[in-house]
Amino acid sequence: MGLRQYFLLIVSLVFLFGVVWLLLPDDREGSSFAGSRQDIPDEISFNFHVKPIISDKCFACHGPDANKRKAGLRLDDEAGAKSELVENPGKYAIIPSEPDQSELIARIFSDDENVMMPPPDSHLQLSDLEKAILKKWIDQGAAYELHWSFVPPEKSALPIVKDKDWPQNEIDFFILNAMEKIGLSPSLPASKEKLIRRLSLDITGLPPSVGELHRFVLSVDEIKYEEAIDYYLNKPAYGEHLTRDWLDVARYADSHGYQDDSYRTMWPWRDWVIHAFNENMSYNQFLKWQIAGDLLPDANLEQIMATGFNRNHPITQEGGVIDEEYRSTYVSDRTNTLGKGILGLTLECAKCHDHKYDLISQKDYFSMYAFFNNVNEKGLQMDAVQAKNRKYYADAPFITIDDERAEGIFSFLNYSDTVPVKVMVMNDSAYRETHVLSRGEYNAPADIVEASTPAIVMEFDESYPKNRLGLAQWLTDNKNPLTARVYVNRLWALVFGKGIVTTVEDFGNQGALPTHPELLDWLAVDFMEHGWDIKYLLKKIVTSATYQQSSAMPPEKKKSDPENMYYARGPRYRLGAEEIRDYMLATSGLLHGEIGGPSVKPYQPPGLWEETNAGGNRGILTSYVPDTGDKLYRRSLYTFWKRTLPPPSMAIFDAPNRDLCEVRRQKTNTPLQALALQNDEQILEGARVLAENISKGASASQEAVQAMFQHILLRNPTDRELGRMVDYFDQNMEIFSKESDKAEKLIAIGEHASHASDTAKTAALMMVAQVLYNLDETITKE
Amino acid sequence: MAPNDELMNENLGINRRHFFSKLSVGLGTVALGSLMIPGLFDRRGNQYAGIPEFGVPHFAPKAKRIIYLFQAGAPSQLESFDYKPLLNERMGEDLPESIRGGQRLTGMTANQDKFPLVGSFAGFKQYGKNGTWISDYFPHIGKIVDEICLVKSMHTEAINHDPAITFFQTGNQNSGRPSMGAWMSYGLGNENQNLPSFVVLTSRGKGNSQGLYSKLWSSGFLDSKHQGVLLRSGKDPVLYLNDPDGVSRKDKRTMLDNIAALNNEHYDRVHDDEIQSRIAQYEMAYRMQMSVPEVMDIKKEPESVIKMYGAEALIPGTFAANCLQARRLAENGVRFIQLYHQGWDQHGNLPNEMSKQAMDVDQASAALVLDLKQRGMLDDTLVIWGGEFGRTNYCQGRFRPDNYGRDHHPRSFSIWMAGGGVKKGISYGETDEFGYNIIQNPVHIHDFHATLLHLMGIDHEQLIYKYQGRRFRLTDVAGNVVNDIIA
Repeated sequence: MGLRQYFLLIVSLVFLFGVVWLLLPDDREGSSFAGSRQDIPDEISFNFHVKPIISDKCFACHGPDANKRKAGLRLDDEAGAKSELVENPGKYAIIPSEPDQSELIARIFSDDENVMMPPPDSHLQLSDLEKAILKKWIDQGAAYELHWSFVPPEKSALPIVKDKDWPQNEIDFFILNAMEKIGLSPSLPASKEKLIRRLSLDITGLPPSVGELHRFVLSVDEIKYEEAIDYYLNKPAYGEHLTRDWLDVARYADSHGYQDDSYRTMWPWRDWVIHAFNENMSYNQFLKWQIAGDLLPDANLEQIMATGFNRNHPITQEGGVIDEEYRSTYVSDRTNTLGKGILGLTLECAKCHDHKYDLISQKDYFSMYAFFNNVNEKGLQMDAVQAKNRKYYADAPFITIDDERAEGIFSFLNYSDTVPVKVMVMNDSAYRETHVLSRGEYNAPADIVEASTPAIVMEFDESYPKNRLGLAQWLTDNKNPLTARVYVNRLWALVFGKGIVTTVEDFGNQGALPTHPELLDWLAVDFMEHGWDIKYLLKKIVTSATYQQSSAMPPEKKKSDPENMYYARGPRYRLGAEEIRDYMLATSGLLHGEIGGPSVKPYQPPGLWEETNAGGNRGILTSYVPDTGDKLYRRSLYTFWKRTLPPPSMAIFDAPNRDLCEVRRQKTNTPLQALALQNDEQILEGARVLAENISKGASASQEAVQAMFQHILLRNPTDRELGRMVDYFDQNMEIFSKESDKAEKLIAIGEHASHASDTAKTAALMMVAQVLYNLDETITKE
Repeated sequence: MAPNDELMNENLGINRRHFFSKLSVGLGTVALGSLMIPGLFDRRGNQYAGIPEFGVPHFAPKAKRIIYLFQAGAPSQLESFDYKPLLNERMGEDLPESIRGGQRLTGMTANQDKFPLVGSFAGFKQYGKNGTWISDYFPHIGKIVDEICLVKSMHTEAINHDPAITFFQTGNQNSGRPSMGAWMSYGLGNENQNLPSFVVLTSRGKGNSQGLYSKLWSSGFLDSKHQGVLLRSGKDPVLYLNDPDGVSRKDKRTMLDNIAALNNEHYDRVHDDEIQSRIAQYEMAYRMQMSVPEVMDIKKEPESVIKMYGAEALIPGTFAANCLQARRLAENGVRFIQLYHQGWDQHGNLPNEMSKQAMDVDQASAALVLDLKQRGMLDDTLVIWGGEFGRTNYCQGRFRPDNYGRDHHPRSFSIWMAGGGVKKGISYGETDEFGYNIIQNPVHIHDFHATLLHLMGIDHEQLIYKYQGRRFRLTDVAGNVVNDIIA
């Protein structure tokens, strides 16, 4: 590297650190960044540089919440910030272009504990860089801007890029342009096998079969990529995979939650979601039906069933609760879910008081709450003891599925019950006046409010009915600045492991800023222009060159962009809980591909439900009896979900408990995960069955190990890997040949019938399979 | 190892990736690094979330660990630690409206037209230097009264089990917040690399019980490494701990070496530090396979110790056995040991059920305190005993002279603590002579949490975590340290 290039690299790295740091809503007040290391941007942007600082450090006392506002000063509002200070006549917090005359600057640079801002007891501090940014912003005129996510998205022109050969579609122009600006360049494309594996996992949640690999990967450089995309998008597994994600949003479970946590039958609603995704229902219709299917003109039963979305929240069956307290909790839950899951807003922060950071008042909150407040429901319909003696497991209102309907309008259901099944749905037959609830408490009603939406997002059009149908129309209006952006971002996160807005749940002032704002907007508009077509959007993303890059991290890229904010490499992260288990089932050949139906109970360590239940007579989920046969091998989204004790093989890999809407799972790396992968009966059985199958076909140890790699890692081993695993196999052969009782014990695991002809060989191969199933590469999408 | 390294590292801006970027990585360096800086390899799950601004502990801790003997279902304070002879004198009389003062009632007694006062069937005796009144159901606890700090003025807002117990464990009545054990793990890190820092043990008595839920020991929005690990009696004390039949310890070692070798080979191709982290987690898991059964094996406990806790200590899964386990875990550096004992929900048949419940826990609770003391561990181990709310001074349903039950009562109840920097042999707070309202020194759950954190060296206002744009604390926006009970 010449001196000049070296210098350029250093300059770009320093700049990159600055940019990345500014983009991340980090919270490192304690450490002070020396101004010299952090370049202050030439042009200060209110939205990108200033607001993240003042929102986080100032708005708690000088923000939208009128009741907690100190000294009458608000900084979230331009007029307020530039007015004469109420408690300090003649002075102004901000005088544009006059930082030295602005009280704000005097205060934040002061060392006097009685004067300085933020005050010491707030435990909030501004770094030197933050202070400098605020000063420069005022110096440049202290211009305010509307919060970025409330400005309706527009398609900007595609940015100019230097490397014209790289882009495959529009996405790549945005990504490459940002990379080129700081001197990064894209990675090489992923190997063809890796790419098909990645594609299959992203679209269907399952690895490709060995046959599929052969079908789409013709040679080292030739691949039928587009054909593969369409193939996977058309597999029913696609709908299952997207449903898995939606179940977290919808806080779906097979139990009521709260302490008695008895059974409920919401699975037909889950089957409807699978059906809707597989039919490629447009996202706007998908939402409209779930929010207000019952209020559509001439609503049919399918549309009504979709509204089960808003009945998936926990419902108490604890005897002796106060009915209204819980009913109010359910209405709040629906409101909060709409905020977090669909609008990307932390609405719940405005339940007890005006929002501290976003322009959402407590009145706005209860105006939204009013949409969900008219359901003919009770806080406590029956306690768990009563529920046990019922023939059905749903609290009114509900619809009933019987044979006739299952053959008619609900023909998409996997219904084979002899007893009709009831599914909880919405209906608005109990109109209630909605009050603002002081401090958010059910028994402290204050002013009456009408159903409406926060004006800061978008006006509630006069033509909309003032009910959930109107809400649904408002949500899915192409002018709504949030709905499409939030979904596009979530789908992006599903594929890349993080959103363009990393806080997928919060597009407000305290949320992260988009790393590629123009790209997010372009995708959102494009999505709406194409009729909110989810398969189209997903195809667009996976067709990009950005997506197809190798995920290897060359050390220099790891250093310059550790979090891959610039997408100069492909995504690499651990699979989700369901995907890991499904991966083992699919690659071992055990997966039973049946779609839908009542949830199933695969293996689970015994005693878990029994040790914590409330006594034998409370409900019907007091003891866990695993299923047998095919039900042990269904995809994990069908695993029975008991909220108070979620399936451990899911919880250990960061699945939420489904008490609340969740849109972003953690991706941790823990010793309990290591134990589960090594010793979960489900995985051991998969290793055993795969070993049996391979041991039948392969005669030489080398051949068998090779086949094992192909099945599990979907690639050939390197010479070193092959050598090591053949040695390992041979060592185990020796052990198990000498100690046949050990081999017999080992391969006895799991219910699936054993076809092992050679016990020692099967056991030795099973050990090889166990090694491969425990590799980081196996449980990682890369 | 300094317990606060994790936070220190984060505060200094040294995260795992930076660490690696400064070193040329070979397995040798990695192994050394993992020994030197606990938690180095753990990924910050919520990577854009905030971190506490200042180093923890904020001041010298009085307690290094907590053993919480949670009595789930809410034992009656009126048959245990809050002696109210007036209730016996006025047996069957209606609770004066002036005392009830509009307290909201649960659905179980809201429709009662009368609220007949009922006094304890259990007798009370005075114990210790101060002559503290304790009921005959708890003679062993009576004998250690000079070691304990009795708080008779606890209060809460919740009147149903689920929200009340959730409030106690997480500082909020609704699901979703981290449990206090998770907060301690987050704030103070892990003292023992071979065991989790927060463990949970459950047991069940003979009385009417309410369910438990994993959200009570959840890490909420904190990294899931801080969540409580359920230790169970029986063959698999930690889920998936045991290797399958036919795989020896030696076989397992060979397997792990092969896994690590292939992982390292892949690391050389893709350079993702997550792979190194996974190798370290596999090693930790391997160590846990040894250390957990070791710590749970009570075979070497001398008979004198078993005698202290009672014969039930030999029966895995009982409260007595869990108390003994708790001491062993404490000795091994586990920071927060949470026990739950179910069965305290006496809406009816209280005298019969409660005497049995008390028999299950009385001796072992007292033994734990004495055992810690004889080992010199009581000074820095805080033991807490109590339920999620109290019980009413009137009976549920019609008054009968031979039996009774009590409904939920959030306005006043009793808990006790011992060791770990709280004053010995004191009673704190008073209720009125009806045992209904607090008349002196009320302690809210937020105050209780603030005090626990204080004893552990943490300023409750400064242990924060930023999630969804908001800074969260265990004590939410309230809580005052109860300085009067701190030694």
